[in-house]
Amino acid sequence: MSIDILMPALSPTMEEGTLAKWHVKPGDTVKAGDVIAEIETDKATMEVEAVDEGEIEAVLVPEGTEGVKVNAVIAKLKGEGDGAAPPPVKADAPKAEAAPAPKAEAAPAPKAEAAPAPAPAPAPQPAQTTAAPKTDGDRVFASPLARRLAQQAGLDLGGVTGSGPHGRIIKADIEAARGKAPAIAQPAGAAAAAGPRQVQSLEQQGIPAGSYDLIPLDGMRKTVARRMTDSFRDVPHFPLTIDIEIDGLLAARAKINALLEKDGVKVSVNDMVIKACAVALKRVPEANASYTPEGIAMHHHADIAMAVALDHGLITPIIRAAETKGLAQIAVETKDLAARARDKKLKPEEFQGGTFSVSNLGMFGIKSFASIINEPQGAILSVGVGEKRPVVKNGELAIATVMTVTLTCDHRVVDGSVGAKFLSALKPLLEEPLTMIV
Amino acid sequence: MDFDVIVIGAGPGGYVTAIRASQLGLKTAIIERENLGGVCLNWGCIPTKALLKSGELYEQLDHLSDYGLAITGRSYDFTKVIERSRGVAKQLSSGVAFLMKKHKIEVIEGSAKLEKAAPAPKVVVALKAGGSRTLTAKHVILATGARARTIPAVGLVPDGERIWTYREAMVPKTAPKSMIVIGSGAIGIEFASFYRALGAEVTVIEALDRILPVEDEEVSKAAQKAFEKRGLKFRVAAKVSKLSKSKTGVSVALEAKGKAETLEAEVAIVAVGIDGNVEDMGLEALGLKIDRGHVVIDRHGVTNVPGLYAIGDVAGPPWLAHKASHEGVHCIEHIAGLKDSGLTAPIPGCTYANPQVASVGLTEAAAKAAGIEVKAGRFPFRVNGKAIAAGETEGFVKTVFDAKTGALIGAHMIGAEVTEMIQGFAIAMTLEATEEDLFETVFAHPTLSEAMHEASLDAYGRVLHI
Repeated sequence: MSIDILMPALSPTMEEGTLAKWHVKPGDTVKAGDVIAEIETDKATMEVEAVDEGEIEAVLVPEGTEGVKVNAVIAKLKGEGDGAAPPPVKADAPKAEAAPAPKAEAAPAPKAEAAPAPAPAPAPQPAQTTAAPKTDGDRVFASPLARRLAQQAGLDLGGVTGSGPHGRIIKADIEAARGKAPAIAQPAGAAAAAGPRQVQSLEQQGIPAGSYDLIPLDGMRKTVARRMTDSFRDVPHFPLTIDIEIDGLLAARAKINALLEKDGVKVSVNDMVIKACAVALKRVPEANASYTPEGIAMHHHADIAMAVALDHGLITPIIRAAETKGLAQIAVETKDLAARARDKKLKPEEFQGGTFSVSNLGMFGIKSFASIINEPQGAILSVGVGEKRPVVKNGELAIATVMTVTLTCDHRVVDGSVGAKFLSALKPLLEEPLTMIV
Repeated sequence: MDFDVIVIGAGPGGYVTAIRASQLGLKTAIIERENLGGVCLNWGCIPTKALLKSGELYEQLDHLSDYGLAITGRSYDFTKVIERSRGVAKQLSSGVAFLMKKHKIEVIEGSAKLEKAAPAPKVVVALKAGGSRTLTAKHVILATGARARTIPAVGLVPDGERIWTYREAMVPKTAPKSMIVIGSGAIGIEFASFYRALGAEVTVIEALDRILPVEDEEVSKAAQKAFEKRGLKFRVAAKVSKLSKSKTGVSVALEAKGKAETLEAEVAIVAVGIDGNVEDMGLEALGLKIDRGHVVIDRHGVTNVPGLYAIGDVAGPPWLAHKASHEGVHCIEHIAGLKDSGLTAPIPGCTYANPQVASVGLTEAAAKAAGIEVKAGRFPFRVNGKAIAAGETEGFVKTVFDAKTGALIGAHMIGAEVTEMIQGFAIAMTLEATEEDLFETVFAHPTLSEAMHEASLDAYGRVLHI
């Protein structure tokens, strides 16, 4: 009996991933806990550890394969008793010939070229180069009703994640998928009406092939594209902008950092913005809310997501319950999260969730911008550069360090007056940071 | 923290929840103010089935000649009938005690009150043996059940003597000669059926326009006919204006179809519904959301009070033991962090009168009202071989399919043994079967269940034996 090694689900929402790297090859012996592969999901790269011990019998999904479905068989482990010696076959067994190749018979894959060669050691390279791998772990379990609904909707069951017992696809999954996924077999002609926007190829738009390089879409890029498109299209959003004088904040930061120097902690302006947002959200709880069809979710904590730019994308790790944390702790956490985000080593729970986001492009000299809402959050704060600007004080021209911030609000939950209330709570906290501890 | 979980109420919801909690490795206590097993085992489902069996056998004696058998004279010992029913209840209640012990669940006898605390409310138990105990747990589950609804404005209040609820109706000293049953749900119909079998003159009053109003209309109609054949009388669309006592009995003033009428009988049974047991537990002070006498919960029994859950009758209809147990298991698995099966299992309902009534899912009318295009099929037992051989040809099976998807969305039956057959359709619906799966299922011959196959085929014009 060989043991199937399955594509793991690294987060509750993960449906598929890229098999980025194998750390083992057929013939290697592994024990529980050994890292055997790296999986890249839409958000992060994670290591897969062996659960059982034994010898790797076959690697079924080649490195770099994209779109590997959760629970697909990615490798096989030789089980106990499978040792080197083949099981004894009685000489007088009438069907001795068939004995060495039981797997080939059992494999449901109808394509001859996809079936493992009928040799005792199956060839490790399955002969597929395109799309999702069709291994024998790919039999789709679905309820009869789910099958019929999928057929009626023209949905490919292979693209649906099952939420029923043992991952079986049930009616609810098809209904959920119908809300999202485009039908694979759209009847020609009828597609245009309500379907997703038809995208023309670059060639059709006058950019000849060969005049550019094509970088394949990785999981993160696909996720950013999907989430931002959904949000910008579906969330009725509007921006509110306010100027904040931060001379007091900069002075306070210098003092704090002098105090913390011996601990090796350095608080950034962004850390102070995160803390101030958390405090302001507690003072204006209506802004710390999410719209859901069942009602407005009023979050108990201010879990602040901070946008971290990566080489090819971005991710938003979260400072949980930031209102309960001191600046030093926030500084330590943001530094750690940002570093691990860049290494793609964040755990799913470290970047999923969050009730409010902060995005800062001040370091690039951006004066002001309006971010796209990170659903299901009710608002996101875009922080611009802090720069010396002329201001009017007591009827006279003066110089102050001013930072422009813009709050993008989801109007379904954060109305204009609520957003304004939040910003007027935030402004004094940043202009006079001492008030954060009052 | 004394426990991981405290379950309040040891009915079929509570004790099953406690067993599952223990299976999941949670340190569990269960609090019961009266009997382990709750109303179901002690005053409901189980003892009534014992009574009904006596009634059914007695009734059958009248029909022995149909089967070529002969007996002379028949009689019953009412005290023994009641005693048998109590013995059955007692046996099962001590069975629950054994199960609690086996699963190392601490049973605390007393009445619980809740007090505000974190992470879950504190439980103060006024012990049956005297004194009190304060317990803390990470999770507290209310499984306090429900009781018969009373309507004092028109005198629908039990007095324990002539005006009964299910409870008094279970243990009278003598069999009444005449009886008025107010309410034609499962409880009312079962008692009416039992006492009629023993020879009482029974009239059932129903406020809605048909008896067993939660059932499919065709079933209600057939049931009324079948019961009337046995001598039960009905007043439907009848409004009780006053129930009052006299020295010798009760009288009920009612108005049916614009006509006023007064009925007299020895006793009356009030079976007009159920109210959740939500009082005297300090639930108001916790700010627990309660809607029309029932705690408001989500799919997993979660209430609006942190650490407090509710399951079963106290959390709303249908008021059925198996619904309570199922909710309890869902709730505790959610607490233990297990994955939700994702299935929305329909809850079957059974009435153990003679003939029996059983159903699961939507009635044809409810499906149509929900905007579903329906295909319905029927098959009568009078042409089913096994039914004819057994002399049980009353009743039929009805299926309701979604015409667009072929999903089985409802099944309704009346006849012998249908309460045992309904599970077949319940499994089919839980597994999201379509008509094809039912067509393809091989039904053993000869069985009453073949009528289920035929009723499915009939919905698609493919019935074989009509």
